Amino acid sequence: MDTFINFFNAAVLAGTPLLFGTLGEILTEKSGNLNLGVEGMMFMGAFSGLASVFLLEAGLAMHLAPGLAVPVAVAFSFLAGALGAFIYSVLVVTLRTQQNVTGLALTMFGIGAGNFLGEFVGRRSEVGFLTISARARQGFAQIQLPLLSDIPVLGPLLFSYNVLVYLGILIAIFLAVFLKFTRAGLNLRAVGENPAAADAASIPVAKYKYAATCIGGGICGIGGMYIIMVTTSGIWVHNAVQGFGWISVALVIFATWSPARAVVGSLLFGALTITRFYLPLGIPMQIYDTLPYIATIFVLIVTSIRPTKEHAAPAHLGLNYFREDR
Amino acid sequence: MKLRIARRKSVPASQAWCIRAGGLLAALFIGAVIILALGENPLSVYLEMINAAFGGRIGFNQTVRIAVPLLGAALAVGLAFKMRFWNIGAEGQILIGGIAATYFALFTDWPRPVLLIAMGLAAALAGGLWGLIPAFFRAKWNTNETLFTLMLNYVALGAVIYLQSVPAWRREGEMHPIIDMFPAAARLPQVFGIHIGWIMVLVLTVLVYLYLAKSKQGYQLSVVGESENTARYAGMHVKKIIMRTMLLSGAIAGLAGFWQVSGADFTLNETTAGGVGFTAIIVAWLARLNPLLMVPVAAFIAILERGSVRIQTVFSIPATIASVLIGIVLFAMLACEFFVQYRVIRSNPKEAA
Repeated sequence: MDTFINFFNAAVLAGTPLLFGTLGEILTEKSGNLNLGVEGMMFMGAFSGLASVFLLEAGLAMHLAPGLAVPVAVAFSFLAGALGAFIYSVLVVTLRTQQNVTGLALTMFGIGAGNFLGEFVGRRSEVGFLTISARARQGFAQIQLPLLSDIPVLGPLLFSYNVLVYLGILIAIFLAVFLKFTRAGLNLRAVGENPAAADAASIPVAKYKYAATCIGGGICGIGGMYIIMVTTSGIWVHNAVQGFGWISVALVIFATWSPARAVVGSLLFGALTITRFYLPLGIPMQIYDTLPYIATIFVLIVTSIRPTKEHAAPAHLGLNYFREDR
Repeated sequence: MKLRIARRKSVPASQAWCIRAGGLLAALFIGAVIILALGENPLSVYLEMINAAFGGRIGFNQTVRIAVPLLGAALAVGLAFKMRFWNIGAEGQILIGGIAATYFALFTDWPRPVLLIAMGLAAALAGGLWGLIPAFFRAKWNTNETLFTLMLNYVALGAVIYLQSVPAWRREGEMHPIIDMFPAAARLPQVFGIHIGWIMVLVLTVLVYLYLAKSKQGYQLSVVGESENTARYAGMHVKKIIMRTMLLSGAIAGLAGFWQVSGADFTLNETTAGGVGFTAIIVAWLARLNPLLMVPVAAFIAILERGSVRIQTVFSIPATIASVLIGIVLFAMLACEFFVQYRVIRSNPKEAA
C-alpha cells in the first residue's frame, strides 16, 4: 500500500506541469487557435516566475515569506505566458499569419528567451546562478491540510501535495464549468467551431480569440514555473522545461479537448514518466518515454476513424477567420 | 479616426521586397536594443557575428555545415507545405534516415562507394516510409497530420536513444551509452574542406525547384494544396498525390539525416536532428516555399547560429541569444507578409460623411 501511495504521489507531482500546459492549450484551442508555442510559453513562465521572486528578494534584501512567494511567482509566470500568447495572437488573429509557423516561432523564441535570461541573470547574481531563498521555497513544498491530511490512506493519497497541485485541479474544474455551463464558454466554443456563424450572431470573434489564447498561455506559463519551483527545487536548470510543452500538446488530443479528461490524462502521463522507477517490466527504459506519444497517436487515429462530436477537435482549429473571405 | 484593412489588388515585387527588408531591419533593430540593454555595443556584436560566420576557413566551413541539413530539411517540408500538408515531422524523418544509414555503416564492410550509396538510399527510403505513415492516415481517414507528424518525432527520438544502449550498436568502453563511430569507409568525402553534402543539397535544391515548377506531379500537388475538391473534380487521385508527396518529403529529410551522420558527426546520437527539423519549417516559410529562396534564408539562419556561438566567448553573452534573435526576426517577417498582402487605411469618419 505504501508503495502505491508513493507511486501515486510521484505521478501527481510529475503530472501537474502537464496539467497546466494541457488546460492552457485546451482553452486556446477552443477558440480555434492551435498554438504550438506551449513549450516556449512554459519556458517564459518558468523564467519569469523564478526571476520575479529572485529579483524581489534581491531588491528588498530580505527572504520572501512563503505566503508571498507563491502568489508572486504565479502572477509573473502567468503574465509571461500570456505575453507570449499575446504576441502569437497579434500575429495570428490580427495579422493573419499561419498558425503552425507562428506557434513554432513562439516556441523557438520562448525557449531562447527563457534559457538566455535564466543564464544571463543567474551569471550576474552573487551566487552565480538563479535561485530563491530556502524560506521562499517553503511555499512550494508539500502542505498539511487540517483534518483532511490525517485521514488514513485518503489523506496521503489526495491531500498531501503542494499548493500548485490544488491550483491546477481548481483551474480544471473552473474550465470544465466555464466551457459547459456559461454563456461566455458557449460563445467561445462557437468561435472555435464556426467563427462565421458566431460573427453573424454578433459574438466578438477576435476578442474571444485574444482572451482565450492569452489566458491559456498564462496557464501554460504557470506550468513552466511549477517545473522550476517544484521539480528542480527553485533553481534555474538549463533546458529543465524541455519536452513538457510538447507532451501537453499531445495530452490535449489524448484528453480530446476535455478539462476533466485532462486531469486523468496528465495523471496517467505523469505516471508513465515515473513508471520505470517503480515497475521494471524488463522493457528498455526508452520505450516508457515514447509511450505518451504512441498513446496520443493511437487516440488521434481512433478519433479520426470513428469521429464523434464529443471527442472531435474544434472544427475551425488551425484555421484563421477573415470576415471578408466569408 | 478609424483604421480599416483592405486587401491589396497587386503588389509590385519591388515594393513587397522593400516591406520585407524593412521588417528585417526592424528585427535587427530590436535585437540591437536588447544587446544594448545587456551592456554591449550592438554594432560590434553584429560585426563579430558576421566575422565569425565568414572570417577564416574554419568559420565559413562551420557555417556551411549548419546550413546543409537545414536547407535539406527545408526543401523536404516545403514540398509538403506546398500541398498544405503540415509536415512538422522532419525532425523524426531526419533521425529515422540517420538510423538506417547508421545500420549500414556499422554492420557491413562493403567498399566505400557502394556503402555510401547504400547508406544514402537506405536513409531516403526509411525517412520516406516514416513520412508515409501520417500521410496514409491523413489520406484514408483525414487524421490530423500536424499533430501526427509532431508525435512521430518523439517516437523516432526514443528509437535513437534506445539504440544507444543496444550492445551491438554501442561504443565499447564508454560509461555513457553512445553509438559507435563510423569506419572511414562510411564517411562522406570532403570537397573544399566540407563534406559533399553541400553539393548534394544544392543539386537537390535545383531538382526540387524543377519538380515543383515544371513537372506534372509538382503541378498536381500544388493544386491539391489550393483545393482538394478542385483536384478531385479535375480527376486527380488526391490520396495517391498526398502519399507520394510525403514519401518524397520524408525521403529528402532522411537524406539530410544521412549527411548529418555520415558527413558531420560520423555517428548517430540524440542531437543528430537537434531542432533542425523545426527550424527548417521556419526557413521554408520565410522563403515563401520557393526552393531557390531557401538557400539564402538557410544561410542567414546558419550565420546567426554560428555567430552566436562566437559572441558567447567574446562578449560573455549566452549563445542561446541565437534563438531569441531568430524568433524576433521570424515574428517580424511573419508580420511583414500581412503588410504585403493588405493595406491599412486611415479613414476619418467625419471626412467620409
